[in-house]
Amino acid sequence: MTDNSAPIGEVDPELADVERPTNEQDDCFARFVNVQKSYDGVELVVKAFNLDINKGEFITLLGPSGSGKTTCLMMMAGFETPTHGKILLKGQPINDLPPHKRGIGMVFQNYALFPHMTVAENLAFPLEVRHFTKEQIKDNVERALSMVRLEDFGDRRPAQLSGGQQQRVALARALVFEPELVLMDEPLGALDKNLREEMQYEIKRIHASLGVTMIYVTHDQSEALTMSDRIAVFNDGVVQQLADPQTLYESPANAFVAYFIGENNRLVGDVIERLGEQCKVRLDGGDTVLAKPVAVGGIGSRTTLSLRPERVTVLHGASDPRGDALDNRFSAKVQEVIYLGDHLRTRIAVCGNEEFIIKTPNAEGHYALRPGQEIEVGWASGDCHALDA
Amino acid sequence: MSESTSSGVLTTADGVPLKVSLRRAVRRSRFKALLLVAPLLLFLGIAFVMPIFDMLSRSVANPEVPTHLSRTVAALEDWDSQSGELPDESTYAALATDLAEGHENRAIGRLSSRLNYEQSGMRSAIMRSGMASRTMEPPYKEGLLEAHEAWGQLETWRLIKRESSPYTMSYYLAAVDMKLSPEGAIVDVADNQKIYQALFWRTFWMSGVITLLTLVLGFPIAYLLANLPLRKSNLLMILVLLPFWTSLLVRTTTWIAILQSQGVLNDMMVALGVIADDARWQMIHNKLGTIIAMTHILLPFMILPLYSVMKTIPSSYMHAARSLGGKPFLSFRRVYFPLTIPGIAAGGILVFILSIGYYITPALVGGQSGRFITNYIAYHMQTSLNWGLAAAIASILLFVVIIFYLVFNRLIGVDKVKLG
Amino acid sequence: MFKKSMLHHAILACSGVSVLGMAAIVQAEELNVVSWGGAYSMSQQKAYHDPWMEKTGDEIINIDRSGNALAGLRSQFEAGNVTWDLVDMLPADAMIACAEGLLEPIDHDAMLADAPDGTPPSEDFVEGSLSECFIPQIVYSNIVAFNTEMFPEDDQPDSIEDVFDLENYPGKRALIRKPINNLEWALVADGVAPEDVYDVLETEEGVQRAFDKLDTIKDEVIWWEEGSQPPQLLADQEVAFGSAYNGRIFNAMVSEDQPFEIIWDAQVFELDGWVVPAGKLDKVEDFLYWATDTQRLADQAKYISYGPARESSNALVSTHAETGIEMETHMPTYPANFETAIPKNDPFWADNNDELTRRFNAWLAQ
Repeated sequence: MTDNSAPIGEVDPELADVERPTNEQDDCFARFVNVQKSYDGVELVVKAFNLDINKGEFITLLGPSGSGKTTCLMMMAGFETPTHGKILLKGQPINDLPPHKRGIGMVFQNYALFPHMTVAENLAFPLEVRHFTKEQIKDNVERALSMVRLEDFGDRRPAQLSGGQQQRVALARALVFEPELVLMDEPLGALDKNLREEMQYEIKRIHASLGVTMIYVTHDQSEALTMSDRIAVFNDGVVQQLADPQTLYESPANAFVAYFIGENNRLVGDVIERLGEQCKVRLDGGDTVLAKPVAVGGIGSRTTLSLRPERVTVLHGASDPRGDALDNRFSAKVQEVIYLGDHLRTRIAVCGNEEFIIKTPNAEGHYALRPGQEIEVGWASGDCHALDA
Repeated sequence: MSESTSSGVLTTADGVPLKVSLRRAVRRSRFKALLLVAPLLLFLGIAFVMPIFDMLSRSVANPEVPTHLSRTVAALEDWDSQSGELPDESTYAALATDLAEGHENRAIGRLSSRLNYEQSGMRSAIMRSGMASRTMEPPYKEGLLEAHEAWGQLETWRLIKRESSPYTMSYYLAAVDMKLSPEGAIVDVADNQKIYQALFWRTFWMSGVITLLTLVLGFPIAYLLANLPLRKSNLLMILVLLPFWTSLLVRTTTWIAILQSQGVLNDMMVALGVIADDARWQMIHNKLGTIIAMTHILLPFMILPLYSVMKTIPSSYMHAARSLGGKPFLSFRRVYFPLTIPGIAAGGILVFILSIGYYITPALVGGQSGRFITNYIAYHMQTSLNWGLAAAIASILLFVVIIFYLVFNRLIGVDKVKLG
Repeated sequence: MFKKSMLHHAILACSGVSVLGMAAIVQAEELNVVSWGGAYSMSQQKAYHDPWMEKTGDEIINIDRSGNALAGLRSQFEAGNVTWDLVDMLPADAMIACAEGLLEPIDHDAMLADAPDGTPPSEDFVEGSLSECFIPQIVYSNIVAFNTEMFPEDDQPDSIEDVFDLENYPGKRALIRKPINNLEWALVADGVAPEDVYDVLETEEGVQRAFDKLDTIKDEVIWWEEGSQPPQLLADQEVAFGSAYNGRIFNAMVSEDQPFEIIWDAQVFELDGWVVPAGKLDKVEDFLYWATDTQRLADQAKYISYGPARESSNALVSTHAETGIEMETHMPTYPANFETAIPKNDPFWADNNDELTRRFNAWLAQ
């Protein structure tokens, strides 16, 4: 666990109201402080959201649909009111500020380009309402269009553009009035894979060149990992982990994060021994595994072990020297091999789990495995995280 | 399937040219499709196209004089209506023969009605002369003049000559308060007989007001329908549709009960002391009554198209406008409102056209001043029996509606309209 | 024929109305008789229909469409589907329908019963009342009635002048929505002698004079279109005066005890009678022969205060069938009622109705 990884569980309502020290406020560009949201007065959609966003940061709110991430974004934009808690922008509470006075740029899931206006008119809209002069509007619109490389498309209607072009116009429109904060609500959801990757790069480029702060909402973990400085993983109205992409992937704080970010194998058992940086876990199948305790209780508590497929090594027999560094070794049986070009995805049965996946690079020195084959696998206890059950 | 032959024509596997084969296959499916819509086409043809065509022809048809006075018309061909002289004896003889025959065939009733539209007194002139001509001896001029003095007047002969064509403009002229003078010029009818111009104008402006009112009242309701949570909007939708399930007569008479001088609203106002008992508001049997009742009855026709358009406007447009810095009203005006225009146009033209054609409600609650032109179409159909005039008025309404539709199509585009 | 009838539908459809086609399957023993409805149809029912049905087993069906009888006949003939067998009609309409060939010509002496003393119908019916296709039944009158409770007992109106006198006799007036009768009364109220009314109306000045007089009460008039409306409006005291058919007022007075009074001054009287749609003679001739005999016409006068059209029936008119009151004084032809009576001038209206109605509608719309 690194310093900037902060698992946030359910917060005691008593504690939730306690203001944080003010000196911390001054450093932050935008803050959610103990924000709660309920639509029906019965259920909390956002249970207790705390987030400090630094100037220029690219923050992603990641989570499955219904996890509360979009609601948080909408509260920042001003389209939803927090039921409880505070939202601060540059140190000022903005709970009661209507959306049009917040000066926040926003890109919507379906782009929300005004269909009855041309591209240029769409871009001019935020400038017109700010009473820019005609010349200023013309200059800014041109600049914004060239930023997204659509110089020649000003006279088109949104319907005459491709999905990717519309996406760029939406981006340009959210930026044309030079907001300091830009919110994006699953902006790439409607694009196909290639275009999506291209746009991810484009957005990163613009973010880097303009230095604006961005809050980005997505349910696509690879998108989040690619683009973000930090990612807040949402589930069930609660932020499960807030961390940079690497930490999130390498050191998931709990089973949900491990499950949601990247592929992972799960082994369920009880903690039977704590050994400092290690713990010993007896799986339900009877095998004993050494793991790194991340989010487990004392001896006897249930735990889910999380292991990335690429961290499992297939050993060339018991004498394979690579096996020496691996403190977990088991024999396994190959169930299924899927050829994926650059790597092979192999399903094996090990430790009583028949859905155990391993990934091996399609390179020299690796065995070609066949279904039914008996093999030996091993992994380091440091790669096997003991998480909550 | 296809292969290139030596001649370069694509053929199917069995050698039939591809184009022929394709045409055959398409023709078969087209024929099947046609069979499916045939009952509707037949129905439309019988119940819609033919009657309209018939109405149009009826509005200019003028068979009475050419048919029943054929000899007279032929004899009048050489007569110069501007000569100031009565026609010669041979014409009178032809007329006597025509009338005797008409009387025998029982054809002069229509003839006399037709001519009496144009000139009062022609009915008895034809009927009496018809009776007399059975036993008339030469000289016919004297005999006919004795039967009725109209035959000694130039206007009578000019009228017959004028109406001797199988087609006439006189119904259309009458429908716009004009007529042909004895000299054949188009002139206005006397002021004390003018009625239709004012009625057309009234029908149009009142329909315009009703359309505007349904828009003003319907727009917020449609907005709520499109934006409320499903359960609430369903309830609201039922309330909007409820009037559809109630008889038009019931709705109209309910307004009478509410608005009449001894009605619910007036009683309430008197009880509350807002108005004195002897100064009750006259809200029905006038223009106001027609406007109130028709606005209510036509409101769903505005709400439904508006709703269906608003339903397709995602809330993100307004959100986008607000986030870009637009104040609420400005965002509404610049972004939401323009997107509802297809709905406004669809509802507007629907309500306007329905309103122009409304007939029962104005008759029941319009009194004298709140009647529409359609009430006079019905009057001429049912009471005065002047079907030619009824057809002419109805045709004018039809033309106006078509013009509105074309203008609408030009400005908005019919393809943008969504209903229900 | 088929095509023409669709025009009717098309025009009404264009005006937002759909007309349900009227289709009735006529069986041999069913007679569709068109009449005026209300108290009048009731009197026919009791005097003619009920006894005839009892006598023969025929079924007589009343249709209240006489208000638009001519239009109805025309549409039925255009549609080629004539369902009416016998129609009650005004003589002016009967003349038009006859000239259009919609009606059976009637040979009165051959088809109708002689009077009990042997007088042939052509001499027994009211003089000048027979026309080619028309069989008169009654003499009725258009009168103005008032509700006695709406005026002080010592100052009840009694002349047509009073109807036009808003100052002394305030209140709404219910008048028929046609120029007929109204123009005549306006002139009489303006001082024209009843016998000169049509001479004056022949001139443009006379028509203008009549409309000017109507102008003086226009704001106080409720225009009615159905014969049943004025008695109702009078009973509800919605109006003080109402023009009406005298039999309807009589019926309300004696059967419903309404406090009405008839102003016989300047009553406009005319005939009303049967016509037979072309092709229906065989079906109705037996009924017609029986229903127009001396006794039957006298019987109808037991139920409604309309004078029988046969001289020979007059002697048989006695008392009201239900209340037993003497009918004589309630008849339009009773000498005291008849002093200033105006016979409706059919030729005048045949020629001038089109134009005067046009002008009347224009005047109404102003």
